[in-house]
Amino acid sequence: MKKHELIEKNIGLMIVLIVLTISGGFLAEVVPLFFQKSVNEPVEGLEPLNALELEGRDIYIREGCHVCHTQQIRPFRAETERYGHYSVAGEFVYDRPFLWGSKRTGPDLARVGGRYSDAWQRQHLFNPRSVVPESNMPAFPWLFENKVDHESIDERMKTLQTLGVPYSDEQVANASEDIRGKFEIEALVAYLQQLGTVISEKR
Amino acid sequence: MSTFWSIWISVIVLGTVFGCWWLLYATRKSQTTDTETDRTMGHSFDGIEEYDNPLPKWWFYLFLATCIFALGYLALYPGLGNYKGLLGWTSANQWEAEMADAEDKYGEIYAQFGKTPIPELAKNEDAMKIGQRLFANNCSVCHGTAARGQVGFPNLTDNDWLYGGSPEQIHTTITQGRMGNMPAKGVMPSMTNEQVNQVVNYVLSFSGREKDAEAAEAGAQVFAQACSACHGPNAKGNQAMGAPNLTDNVWLYGSTYEWIKETVMNGRQNQMPAQEGRLSDDQIQIVSAYVYSLSQD
Repeated sequence: MKKHELIEKNIGLMIVLIVLTISGGFLAEVVPLFFQKSVNEPVEGLEPLNALELEGRDIYIREGCHVCHTQQIRPFRAETERYGHYSVAGEFVYDRPFLWGSKRTGPDLARVGGRYSDAWQRQHLFNPRSVVPESNMPAFPWLFENKVDHESIDERMKTLQTLGVPYSDEQVANASEDIRGKFEIEALVAYLQQLGTVISEKR
Repeated sequence: MSTFWSIWISVIVLGTVFGCWWLLYATRKSQTTDTETDRTMGHSFDGIEEYDNPLPKWWFYLFLATCIFALGYLALYPGLGNYKGLLGWTSANQWEAEMADAEDKYGEIYAQFGKTPIPELAKNEDAMKIGQRLFANNCSVCHGTAARGQVGFPNLTDNDWLYGGSPEQIHTTITQGRMGNMPAKGVMPSMTNEQVNQVVNYVLSFSGREKDAEAAEAGAQVFAQACSACHGPNAKGNQAMGAPNLTDNVWLYGSTYEWIKETVMNGRQNQMPAQEGRLSDDQIQIVSAYVYSLSQD
């Protein structure tokens, strides 16, 4: 019997060999990272998002912002000159899932926090063309009409708590009241304005 | 990284490379010694048989070359756990080298411009080219690529300044940022709708556009009470607080009755973000000079 015949005619053996082959990269490149301090430990001063910012983050995901905007500054001069200090793994330890993105139709947002005023953010989200005429970003006027979902925020925070994000029980208990009646735009702007502010120096 | 993970990674990586190598030789068929019966896979579907030929030589050696390349790469670059590689490369030190190159190339130019007084710098063409790019990248998102501003974001070309247009004032504005805050109904929360109408007409009358002369006249008193603390008794504004001059027909938030009414009713808040730390001191000096140059013609 030829060797390849042996494999081709034993689907069980073939499955085992395929799994072995494709797991090599995962075992060498990903698994060791689970135990790396530089990946697991938050950078100094990193706090979990508060209830309003967390709601903003969920709106960011709902509206698909991460499809056109990355949140990851690579260590190249061309990027650090424009966006600020390159991103480090410790900034994302509370991000579940992370929103690094993979395509920049718009600019990177990893350090957009504090870069523009709240008023600019609101006007820009209401109608991007009103402040950046050449922009092709869609407008998000409904954020100014919809109220945030204050009912499930504590559930969401509890889930994150189980995953290891250090929310205090008090924070979870107050979350719903903290954001009740706020507009979605307030949540989104609060989220944007804290992005990347833990590491602030440009060089 | 602990020794365990270092060994773990090295074993898997080298195991994979040598495994590929072994696989290539273990399954290699000789080009010449095969008998005729070995040349098909031994199965037949509808009379169609499949050849079991060896890999073409060039292909085989190409595979081998990828394994050798991998070993060379692993010797030079950090791919085996804690081993740093002969080149000592990391993504961070590549970035640092890139920054150092740029510093060598541009550092002196920046330092030179950083020391030049703003009015002089504003006349330097090279500096203004840098300034224009810095402005396009960092300022144009609010103030526009031509620096003419938008609703809520001041025009920088018109020589009408909220916080002053001297070189020092521009430099301070860019470095520290500014916080603009007009409270709703000024300092007179009890302002009635009637009084709002009066004061809006009064403000319009500065540029000769009042709708209702009588209301405008009555508005003077409301203005004195609610607005003059910041905008001044003559409505000429106050650069120390960033309160705009209302008499010059330059409007930050729209000039119509409706716009001004909206401003009075709800107040206005906006912020110029501080650039200190985002831009280097030399860059701030250059951008200041660029902004200064925009209204110098």
